[in-house]
Amino acid sequence: MLRLVASGPGPEAVIRLEDVSLRRGGRRVLDGLNLAIPEGGITAIMGPNGAGKSLSLRVMARLITPDSGSVQPAGTLSGPQDIALVFQKPVLLRRSVRANLRHALGVYGVPRRQRRARLGELLDFGRLAAIADAPARALSGGEQQRVAMVRALAARPRLLLLDEPTASLDPQATAAIETLILDAAHAGTTIVIVTHDRGQAGRLADHIRFLHKGALVEAAPAAQFLLAQKSPEAQAYLAGRLLL
Amino acid sequence: MQGFGDAFAAAFGLIVGLDADLVEIVGLSLAVTLSATVLACLIGFPLGALLAVGRFPLRGALTVLVNALMGLPPVVVGLVVYLLLSRAGPMGALGLLYTPTAMIIAQTILVTPIIAALTRQIVADLDAEYHETLRSMGAGAGARMATLLWDGRLALMTAALAGMGRALAEVGAVMIVGGNIDHVTRVMTTAIALETSRGELALALGLGIVLMILSLALNALVMGARVSAARMAHA
Repeated sequence: MLRLVASGPGPEAVIRLEDVSLRRGGRRVLDGLNLAIPEGGITAIMGPNGAGKSLSLRVMARLITPDSGSVQPAGTLSGPQDIALVFQKPVLLRRSVRANLRHALGVYGVPRRQRRARLGELLDFGRLAAIADAPARALSGGEQQRVAMVRALAARPRLLLLDEPTASLDPQATAAIETLILDAAHAGTTIVIVTHDRGQAGRLADHIRFLHKGALVEAAPAAQFLLAQKSPEAQAYLAGRLLL
Repeated sequence: MQGFGDAFAAAFGLIVGLDADLVEIVGLSLAVTLSATVLACLIGFPLGALLAVGRFPLRGALTVLVNALMGLPPVVVGLVVYLLLSRAGPMGALGLLYTPTAMIIAQTILVTPIIAALTRQIVADLDAEYHETLRSMGAGAGARMATLLWDGRLALMTAALAGMGRALAEVGAVMIVGGNIDHVTRVMTTAIALETSRGELALALGLGIVLMILSLALNALVMGARVSAARMAHA
């Protein structure tokens, strides 16, 4: 498979997967994946189903240890809470929104005397004050995803990984999530988002990494990639053709 | 021996009139049972959570053992506690034999495996849902256990109530270590056994009716807690 890297992984990468391979159920789901995420801004990972997008996020988040290859975080990702992950289907605790965030602050080791102020900041940041005392699991999908994002940001991570955070959300909820993503990026958090949505990649991403069959096929600045893809796989994917 | 109808009438008379002996026996039964249930929860909740989320050698064997201990014969527990607390036993110096404390110890031993085994299942089910989220947050084993126990609190109430039901209905162990001493260690089950053997059916029936009411109330609470837990899971 031809691999095209327009803006190669430079020394500024915040995290780098080198020759990462992983087998699941007798199948090679990551196949010598080399992926570098630039420090700062928003990187979108695109590709068809089964390309290894979500798995690569889990490898970066240290939830999965690859069979071979290495994960090399930059020196800025030294703490356990420097990387946060938001799942496509967030699992919130059986508590109110406020209690979910308070729990996260506790897990992240925020001193008790600082938690009230931090909680207020988080509720404001996520525009969650009006639903702070509602049971988190009774909220709409979009509101739950907002809570999950704000919960992840409670750790003040340097790298935020988002696994299709707006899949199956309506446009209004999608817009609210995208606003949060942009706010977090402007605040200095490096963001990696897995998305199938070309429009979303165009609205949010500074860089795009295109994966197919567990390997990196193309890496380029977003504007360049969306205008003209160099690999036949990316061209077929964005043209809406089935990639087998 | 009294006729059946007479016995029932006398029993209701004792209950409605709040007979002093009956009230004392019911009170002691509840005190012993509640104490044993609280102690069993203090041991069983963390033990069950540890078995559910902990990764340590012999975890599987310990789980099998706790499950097996759910069916402990009460008279065997009574015998073992008796041997431990008897004057020649290793804890004889404490002078606890034939006291409510001895009955609480025996009931705690009986109920703890039930609560621990049910807790393990409840926490394991919840952990299957929360596992990846809590790991991604960097929660350690202690924080995970605390989170799962708190979020499973309503389901855990059913475990506690099931344990309490077992303790309340237990007779063999408390008879052996308590001795069924009037005004000291006589509880509902041992009093029913004694009064029935003496042909004094009124008090036996009165206590039996109270025991049934308490048992029904406990089951209603268990059902209510299950419904609330199921509702909370989706709330």
